[in-house]
Amino acid sequence: MKRRIPLAIVFIFGVLGAIPFLIPHRIIQNADNEFRSSILRIIVAFSLVLGVGSIIRHHFQKIRRKKENWQYSYITLIALVISAIIGLFGGIDARGMLPTQFTVPFTEYVFRFDIQTLYTNIMVPLAATMFSLLAFFMTSAAYRAFRARNVEATILLLSAFVVMLAAVPLVSSFFPKLSAFSEWILTVPNTAAKRGLLFGIALGSMATSLKIILGIERGWLGGTS
Amino acid sequence: MITSILIVFTQLEIFRKISWKKNRFMKTTFLLIFLTGLSFAISPPTDVRAWDSPNDAGGSINIAWRISPDDPMLDGYEISRLAEGAADYEPIGFIGKTRNSYTDEETRDGVKYQYRVAAVKDTIMVYSEPSNYVQSSSQWFNTDRINVLVFATLFIFLILWFTSRAKKGMSLFIRKIAGLDAVEEAVGRATEMGRPILYIPGLSTMADVATIAGLNILGEVAKKTAQYDTKIIVPNRDPIVYTVAREVVKESYTQVGRPDAFNPDSVFFVTDSQFAFAAAVDGIMTREKPATNFFMGYFWAESLIIAETGASTGAIQIAGSDAVMQLPFFITACDYTLIGEELYAASAYLSREPLLLGALKGQDYGKAVIIGVLLAATLLALIANLPVLRLF
Repeated sequence: MKRRIPLAIVFIFGVLGAIPFLIPHRIIQNADNEFRSSILRIIVAFSLVLGVGSIIRHHFQKIRRKKENWQYSYITLIALVISAIIGLFGGIDARGMLPTQFTVPFTEYVFRFDIQTLYTNIMVPLAATMFSLLAFFMTSAAYRAFRARNVEATILLLSAFVVMLAAVPLVSSFFPKLSAFSEWILTVPNTAAKRGLLFGIALGSMATSLKIILGIERGWLGGTS
Repeated sequence: MITSILIVFTQLEIFRKISWKKNRFMKTTFLLIFLTGLSFAISPPTDVRAWDSPNDAGGSINIAWRISPDDPMLDGYEISRLAEGAADYEPIGFIGKTRNSYTDEETRDGVKYQYRVAAVKDTIMVYSEPSNYVQSSSQWFNTDRINVLVFATLFIFLILWFTSRAKKGMSLFIRKIAGLDAVEEAVGRATEMGRPILYIPGLSTMADVATIAGLNILGEVAKKTAQYDTKIIVPNRDPIVYTVAREVVKESYTQVGRPDAFNPDSVFFVTDSQFAFAAAVDGIMTREKPATNFFMGYFWAESLIIAETGASTGAIQIAGSDAVMQLPFFITACDYTLIGEELYAASAYLSREPLLLGALKGQDYGKAVIIGVLLAATLLALIANLPVLRLF
């Protein structure tokens, strides 16, 4: 029974999920939209509670067992509580019950700490910092990848060299044919390889979905039995 | 058209009645205005047709027309409609010159509409003849997708056929996949070094097939870690994936008879913020120094950040993704990479379950059909363009 119910749910919703693709009728499309926009949102909201529970449990365990760098767990938990309070009672843009802005005494400067301000001034710069690390990681990865160890690696190196060189305006203005060659590399062999991969991915994805809907693949349930 | 001719005749009659002797100035002005009007005369679009948009949920009507012969000098075309029972036409849209079709997406199903199109030049608007009456409706089947239905049916048949053959004990060959053969070795290495294994089931949601494939592989990896008593760490970005991943690991430990060895704290939710998650994973890698890192699922720009950090810690790294843009990064930074569909095959490969292997075989035949169709179509296109055929 523990397995049959989830398998039955997956079968029913798997088949129902495929129907709107073939039937454009308003009744079917509205039912599908209703399911996706309302019911799934409710499920996600419940799962978020589980996620927050996991964070709290994980960091409490860390503090209790005094694991390495356990002090940082306090920061996580405090940040979680503060942002939850501001988010729940302060509103998104300082229009909630909780006062999330005040004028600094003797100045006209308004200090805001509503969720939108916190997001714009903390989350966005932090994410941008992590993202900008990519430039350095790309350099180190390129250094490893572009070593002419065998024929394939040499072809990769030469192709990369041509594409990078053609991207330099000065070089492409002197050698217009290089730009055309670079364009050819990107649009012909590169696209051909990509499309080959996409065919495999589309079929694999379809086969996996089918295996799950029919209950052949049960790994996501924790096992095959 | 008849209206325009009548107007011209009326104007000519007025011109004739103005006496040249009595009102020379007025007659000259009238003549000038008449000639200027003639020089700006524009022809309306013709042959306006309207029909219900096919294969949709209703509420939409297509309109097409033959463009005006004066199209190059126009500003564009104004489309107006007359609903059944309404007093007059209402304008519904304007599109530029050279265009000859428009879709009215604000119709009420069951109500009849008639359309007309005006050629517009500055303030001059010349209307076409009205179109036929038409009403929009919902369709019960999308005929554009018959080809998808046919191929999907064939594909399902192939998979079910090979699954049933596998059930009867047919031996099925599966080629070696280096990345999956290395799983055993990677888990063994972590056990010998006394270090944990880090497993990331991608950053996408459960709606993504790659995530489900990643969780299927997690089940097999967790069985091995349970057998070897190796620590496994599974950080998650999505709360639903976290819940499923936790159950998968727990179930795997139970299946190999080690439910007591399952640590509930080993599978946890981190954050749903993409780069915050990447930062957390980087932190785990540098603090815990896992001997093996698995990246199985769908990844975005953070793929290189986590894979390069993992490489710098000296861990064996096995990645698998169907994110085509991220595959080059994984191939560069990881020891083994499951490319595209290999990720979906991993579960069958690792478990050697006959039913799963049968489905895999069906998938291969499906691919063979596609290759066959592509080759045949290419050949036909080449033959159709042979110079010798132009002789006939």
